[in-house]
Amino acid sequence: MTGIFDTPQVDWALVAPVLVVLGAAVVGVLLEAFLPVVARRTAQVALSVAATVGALVAIGWSWHRLSGVDAPTDLAGLRPGGRALYALTTESGGSLGSLVVDGLTLVSQALVVVVALLSVVVMADRTATREDPFAPMVSAVPGSQYERLAASRGLAQTEVYPLVLFATGGMMVFSATADLLTMFVALEVLSLPLYLLSGMARRRRLQSQEASLKYFLLGSFASALFIFGAALVYGVTGSLTFDEIAAATVTPNGLDKLLVVGVLLLMVGLFFKVGAVPFHLWTPDVYQGAPTPVTGFMAAGTKVAAFVALVRVVYVMLPGMGWDLSVLVWTVAIVTMVVGSVAVLVQGDIKRLLAYSSVAHAGFVLTAVAAGWGTGETAVVGPWAVLVYLLAYALATVGAFTVVALVRERSESGGLTGEATSLGQWAGLGRTNPVIGACFMVFLLSFAGIPLTAGFVGKFAVFSAAVSGGAWPLALIGVLASAVAAFAYFKVVVLMYFPARDERPADADEVGAGGSVASQTGAVGTATLARPKTAAVVATRGCATGVIGLCALLTLLLGVLPGGVLTAISNILQ
Amino acid sequence: MSLMNYLLLSAVLFSVGATTVLVRRNAIIAFMGIEMMLNATNLALVTFARINGNLHGQVLAFFVMVVAAAEVVVGLAIIVAIYRTRRSASVDDVNLLKDVRDPA
Repeated sequence: MTGIFDTPQVDWALVAPVLVVLGAAVVGVLLEAFLPVVARRTAQVALSVAATVGALVAIGWSWHRLSGVDAPTDLAGLRPGGRALYALTTESGGSLGSLVVDGLTLVSQALVVVVALLSVVVMADRTATREDPFAPMVSAVPGSQYERLAASRGLAQTEVYPLVLFATGGMMVFSATADLLTMFVALEVLSLPLYLLSGMARRRRLQSQEASLKYFLLGSFASALFIFGAALVYGVTGSLTFDEIAAATVTPNGLDKLLVVGVLLLMVGLFFKVGAVPFHLWTPDVYQGAPTPVTGFMAAGTKVAAFVALVRVVYVMLPGMGWDLSVLVWTVAIVTMVVGSVAVLVQGDIKRLLAYSSVAHAGFVLTAVAAGWGTGETAVVGPWAVLVYLLAYALATVGAFTVVALVRERSESGGLTGEATSLGQWAGLGRTNPVIGACFMVFLLSFAGIPLTAGFVGKFAVFSAAVSGGAWPLALIGVLASAVAAFAYFKVVVLMYFPARDERPADADEVGAGGSVASQTGAVGTATLARPKTAAVVATRGCATGVIGLCALLTLLLGVLPGGVLTAISNILQ
Repeated sequence: MSLMNYLLLSAVLFSVGATTVLVRRNAIIAFMGIEMMLNATNLALVTFARINGNLHGQVLAFFVMVVAAAEVVVGLAIIVAIYRTRRSASVDDVNLLKDVRDPA
């Protein structure tokens, strides 16, 4: 095959979900160039919604086709013998790994697309303040005359929507590829738009720009490590496709040390994307600084895509290196669960709290990844648990960040302004806004893994997978860590429903920040007195409330009646 | 084996780039470190393509170049925006986001 260019045969129906999303993103860029300003926003939102719905339909069609493949083929799918369709094949019938459509791909793509759809709806919601969550002119210097002019003209940065679509397309490919080249390109296609999106917040623009810079520098550092790792793996194995690498790494050879270094660097790149400790340091800063709907999108979408890519690398590319990798994954899983859960306890800012919560969740998912180095039946339990957990996590995350986007500070004059992210400002919110408060409580309970919510099903899936895979110490630590984190979530629930009688800001801050932190930061405590102490939920002029309700409903539904969904995921993975 | 020397050079360049990112305070210099890491990767890829006797590595090197170019576009846009706001491109100055307490 080397030396001769073999034209690939493309199965367009299998590529369609990705094509629809990326094609719509390109059209969106063109709309930006040719449409008059007044028409852009409507057109972009409509295009994004249409693209994501279209992609969902295409994924449904692929799902139908994959279900029709009865006998497991001998091609390398999720595991040798697993069901898989290849979007690209050579003329001679050989498979190219650039886009593999198997159960893992379809579930994660569907999840990413749904997250993107919900996020676009939230981003498009201008609320009663009649303002986008994005700066009217991102290139303008914050606080400048130019920016005020742009705001008074009612300009809007509508490039947001194509950027979201590009990131979505990248995530979809990232989780579908069994080829290091495509994986690297997809990694960048999903990352670059997110770097930009996190710098576009309308309010607290300095923080937003800072988040963007930090995310960019650390993210591109991690992807440079990833690609160097890929280069080393290629050097040792002579190939970039997963099945050939898998075949080459089964037996040891002289360059094993190089291979181990390469694999470690690859894993660092992936651990960075999933936000696992010690590569999590960007997470709280970026989640806090980015515009809240974008935070929800990247928290859910990136985690889904990156975990599926991680599963694929571990199970499909390096099945022969289970022993070397399990030490690494065990260590990272333990550290991530412990650090994430403990850090959640001491946060005084709701977005940072959710960020550390997402770090802890990454640890819980990693227990399922560590579990699956089995053969036969147990080989599919790990990936199945990963997908179930990610489903529960994604629903609650999008919903929770949408709630955060709607809870605003009340200014002196009584108008609602920026988001009230300080926990002290959330005191009593559950009483003043019963519906939104109840939904947020559902999300927090789901994060905590309380029965009858989706989070419980997810936690049960990953921990039972860990036990069945022989990783019971991980499951034990996981249960303890989730108990610790649950305390933090209950603290927020208590704060929302039973605030201290005395609601002076200083006290409220102490409740939020926790005793140990409050004592360290006595010096800066006075600065927070300037912030408005009350918060209220802003009325929507779009469907953001609908998104919250839908996420809460699905979270409960998946918790009460998980059977159908779990079986469907399990069936498509076989 | 003479091809090993290229790999050594690539490893050295990669390490220099990584050290630059971690040590230097100016965002642009740190960013140049990242570009250096990517170019060191290219050298390794081309050398490995020669060692392995196939073209995959060279093809990937082209993709790395394209990605590096795209990264420059995004990265410089972000750094310039920060610089115009703060009149500084030092990564030590961007310190509003921290764990201790949410800044006002």
